[in-house]
Amino acid sequence: MDRRASTKESRRASHAKAGGEAGPALVVEHLRKTYPGTVAVDDVSFTVEGGEIFGILGPNGAGKTTTVECAIGLQTPDSGTIRVMGFDPHVDRAQVHAIVGAQLQASALHPKLRVVEILDLYRSFYRDPADVGELLDALGLREKRSAFYKSLSGGQKQRLSLALALVGRPKIAILDEMTTGLDPQARRDTWELIEGVRDRGVTVVLVTHYMDEAERLCDRVALIDRGRVVAIDSPAALAERAGGGKRVRFVPSAPFDDRLLTGLPEVTGLERLGRRVLVKGTRDLVSAVILTLATAGVTANEVDVQSATLEDAFVKLTGRHLHEGDEVAAG
Amino acid sequence: MSAHREVLPAAPPRTAFGKLVACETRLAWREPIGLVFGLAIPVVLLVIFGAIPSARVHQAELGGLTVVAVYAPILIAFCIGMLAFFSLPRALVTYRELGILRRLSTTPLPPSWVLAAQLVINFVLAAWALVILVVVGAAAFGAAAPKSPAGFALAFLLSVAALYAMGLWVAAVARGVTAANAMGSALFFPLMFFAGLWYPQELMPAALRHIGQLTPLGASVQALQSASQGAFPPIGSLLVLAAYGVVFALLAVRSFRWE
Repeated sequence: MDRRASTKESRRASHAKAGGEAGPALVVEHLRKTYPGTVAVDDVSFTVEGGEIFGILGPNGAGKTTTVECAIGLQTPDSGTIRVMGFDPHVDRAQVHAIVGAQLQASALHPKLRVVEILDLYRSFYRDPADVGELLDALGLREKRSAFYKSLSGGQKQRLSLALALVGRPKIAILDEMTTGLDPQARRDTWELIEGVRDRGVTVVLVTHYMDEAERLCDRVALIDRGRVVAIDSPAALAERAGGGKRVRFVPSAPFDDRLLTGLPEVTGLERLGRRVLVKGTRDLVSAVILTLATAGVTANEVDVQSATLEDAFVKLTGRHLHEGDEVAAG
Repeated sequence: MSAHREVLPAAPPRTAFGKLVACETRLAWREPIGLVFGLAIPVVLLVIFGAIPSARVHQAELGGLTVVAVYAPILIAFCIGMLAFFSLPRALVTYRELGILRRLSTTPLPPSWVLAAQLVINFVLAAWALVILVVVGAAAFGAAAPKSPAGFALAFLLSVAALYAMGLWVAAVARGVTAANAMGSALFFPLMFFAGLWYPQELMPAALRHIGQLTPLGASVQALQSASQGAFPPIGSLLVLAAYGVVFALLAVRSFRWE
């Protein structure tokens, strides 16, 4: 977990260095959008830096989709500012659409066109498009290239939709619930693909309500609830904010004084549960505990480490669960 | 923030329009509703009329014309009406209903190109219908080729403009495919009555005929009929067609929704 976070950071740093495009990829400031009877987005602000994978995470109806639809110019905000690489999506619509590849919910393709025909059509809309063959391979659609859109499975449709978001070689890819409807293997394949896309310098804005997806992929995450940003940070930092960060349970090989561990800066609490010891603390808790015990001649057996998750962070910050009200139609 | 604004060529390459039309052409073959209703039915009707021997006899009550000669322009108007009220709105409303327009509207493709591609493909179908009906009528059933080709072409183009504008308006206001079909039928069948499909204009009472000449399909048939007989189409019917075209195009543009 920590190792992954650090490689992500170094990758992001290298992008920042290499980045020819100065300035943020997407800026959203005080966005507000209401529909008759509901406030879809109350007050949302965030900045997506070039080259990062930025997650927008929240329960259904939180306003995630409305936010990205405003960013691509499909919805007109009531108030607030949006800049996509400096362009206002409502003024410079065509410029924004040339830069951004979008995968949206509630959109479909011609049922009676073949996969390769659709890709070829969408490819023709862009000045410097990607290679259709490469995209078919990358998304595992090679053997479906001659299939009609309507004959594709849900997962295949989803992958084609992702291919269309990438066919224009976008500078920013906005992907709304891209792995919904995919089986576990296809989800992992898609994650790898997205990491590959980011490694080529594309900024990715990922709307999701899956925490594992956000934890695995995102450099930073905006937690959104009821139309407002609750927190923005890296997944690890958010999890830490949830309190406790890490919890280590173990069975000591010999008795030891609690103060041995409670004196450590990484430790925030200690409990004895029968012969087990539960230590709560921050990020580097595990190594600190094990090393300190070892110097005192105690071995920690049956070590069990738990990390706080984005889910914990969400519950802590909003008092609600991410998947509460999942049955209710998404907003 | 404007520091890194670069001027990109945002509009899609012109080849995109060709691709769009090519896809629409494929779809026209794969879902041949436009082909069947716009092309096959009128041709079959012409063949049936032509096969009746009396239809090829000049009749005094039809102003000395044969039934085939009277019906050829009516069937051309029939094609244009079918394509305008069924094929054109059906495609656009389906695209809107399925979210295809929504998906396209996130690409650099200007939405107007989607409409233009639909108009092009349906215009090509109407042009085919025109050629087939004129050629089959002339070659097989002795209906003379239009004696005023320029007037005939003008009447045809104005008819397409007027009726396709009405079709776009149907596509703009219909909530779904079912509603679009219902609206199309509600417009097409009464208007075809005034065009003389069931009862040629020549046989209508004067009052009915005058009303008919103010309807788009009635004016269309009148203009096509005069041009077939060698006269330049009456300015009145051309103006009626132009007026429908302008009014409905404006209405369609004002009310068109992409979602």
